[in-house]
Amino acid sequence: MNAGLDRELLAEVSQFLYLEARLQDAHAYDEWEALWTDDGMYWVPANGNDIDPETQMSILYDNRSRIALRIKQLKTGKRHSQTPPSRLGRIVSNVELIDVAESEIRVGSCVQIFESNARADTIWAARNEHLLRRTESGLRMAEKKVMFVNNDKALYTLSFLI
Amino acid sequence: MTQPLFNWDSLILRDRVHGSLYSDAEIFNQELEKIWYKTWVYVGHETEIPNADDFVMKSIGPQEIIMTRSGDGEIHLLLNRCAHRGNQLCLDPCGNRKVFVCPYHSWSYRNDGELRGLPFADGYEGVDRSEIGLAKVSRVASYRGFVFGSFAEQGPSLKEHLGGAAEAIDRLAMASPEGKVQITAGFLKHKAKANWKFLVENETDGYHPAFVHASIFQVAKSGIGDLYSSKSTAVARDLGNGHTENDLRPEFRRIGRPMGWFGTNEQRLPDYAAKMRAAYGNDRANQIMIDGTPHIMIFPNLFIAEIQIFVIQPLSVDETVQHVTALQFEGALDLNRRLLQQTMGSVGPAGFLLADDSEMYERTQRGVQARLPAYNYLGRGLHRERRDEDGYLVADATDEVTSRGIWRHYRQLMEAE
Repeated sequence: MNAGLDRELLAEVSQFLYLEARLQDAHAYDEWEALWTDDGMYWVPANGNDIDPETQMSILYDNRSRIALRIKQLKTGKRHSQTPPSRLGRIVSNVELIDVAESEIRVGSCVQIFESNARADTIWAARNEHLLRRTESGLRMAEKKVMFVNNDKALYTLSFLI
Repeated sequence: MTQPLFNWDSLILRDRVHGSLYSDAEIFNQELEKIWYKTWVYVGHETEIPNADDFVMKSIGPQEIIMTRSGDGEIHLLLNRCAHRGNQLCLDPCGNRKVFVCPYHSWSYRNDGELRGLPFADGYEGVDRSEIGLAKVSRVASYRGFVFGSFAEQGPSLKEHLGGAAEAIDRLAMASPEGKVQITAGFLKHKAKANWKFLVENETDGYHPAFVHASIFQVAKSGIGDLYSSKSTAVARDLGNGHTENDLRPEFRRIGRPMGWFGTNEQRLPDYAAKMRAAYGNDRANQIMIDGTPHIMIFPNLFIAEIQIFVIQPLSVDETVQHVTALQFEGALDLNRRLLQQTMGSVGPAGFLLADDSEMYERTQRGVQARLPAYNYLGRGLHRERRDEDGYLVADATDEVTSRGIWRHYRQLMEAE
């Protein structure tokens, strides 16, 4: 582990991931969007974790303006698949510092999300990889990659923030 | 001797259909026999297995189908079941194999389905090996690279089945300067807890976009909403054999902008536009780039939606998978990238459009469990149905002439012997 055991940094990064998870569970759309840098990339691959998103279909492959569009759509109140919003509870764990540079930290984690909506109660499981950047206003997300354990299979709608 | 199981006269009326058609498991079982395991069903595209010995896992309804290309270039649709003790033969989504070996007792098959070898052959003395092989879908045919299969040994040809829908596939291919569609971007698999017919009907329902997709129309600059307004000059068309389309060309021609159908202009796709003009000549290229690609539901499972295709796979009476991928066109690199980007935004479990369509599929599935009213009402635009110059039934952009056409064909299939 080239980052060594920087417990202070690990705690700071973990707190950030917990904050993000809480904002997502609470559908705090503006606050969540504010966690992104201006060049943020949000990627949820399909059919494996290492596909080329420029030539292969991903579940989600948003640049910063598409992230903004996604939030705007959720806020119209007419995004039917989130009206009413899913009730969510997620656990973030296994937080690991993968690569620590001066202003950027790559961090891995695991997440399990319990979703309850009109269809059913559903459990989602993924490994996440964040690229966090240190900015004047604190840590921000420059990249987030969500690797669902079952992204090779047919998935139900997931239009909440993942 | 055989008494009809269902009273179709009371289930399917001219302007309404009974809710049990979406929820009765016995009807679903009948559909498998009368539709999915009988008529032509879309399976895959030749460009998914471009090389000798390529294979890709596909389906016809709940049946897994291995689509292979043998060494001689021919395409085969094999059932995924070892002829020995029924073991599932292949678990890989795609690959390149001359031979499929069953891991259970090591029986092996060539990729055209023929038995190749059995271990400890002395135990099979006197057995005619030519009688043992993988089961195959009886008829395989392709149209412009789109491969269809039919489990019925006899019946209408694919060309007869496609009828007026073939012209739409021709039109689609013309969006490529080489005249060729490519299915190379991989599929998202999006599951809905709903009956497959809700999806089929929705694909050419021009009435819902203004409401189901209001959220994205409100925040994104998209002209799609106007195409499906009550003022739209687009038409809904029943092409027969269950195939239906929303013909948006009248609107695109009214606007008259090359690439307007794709929400852009040719200045932003200079390479593509130049290749199209070189391939088709100025006037024809202009017309193709103004008209755009079709929006057609080819019964029962191939939906060509301008920039992507959906393949509908029923798993049970109330569970359906939509396999969706971006269309790619040979010789159109700059266009292809945008097609992929736009498709990824629109479709799949998190898509701006399809997440909400799927929400409606699931809510209608739950809704029709209510006992009353017993029927869904599909009479919109009945009074203004008319024949177009080709003799097809058409009505206004938001009319339900398409659903009525689907049900008319469905009833014929379900009543057939």
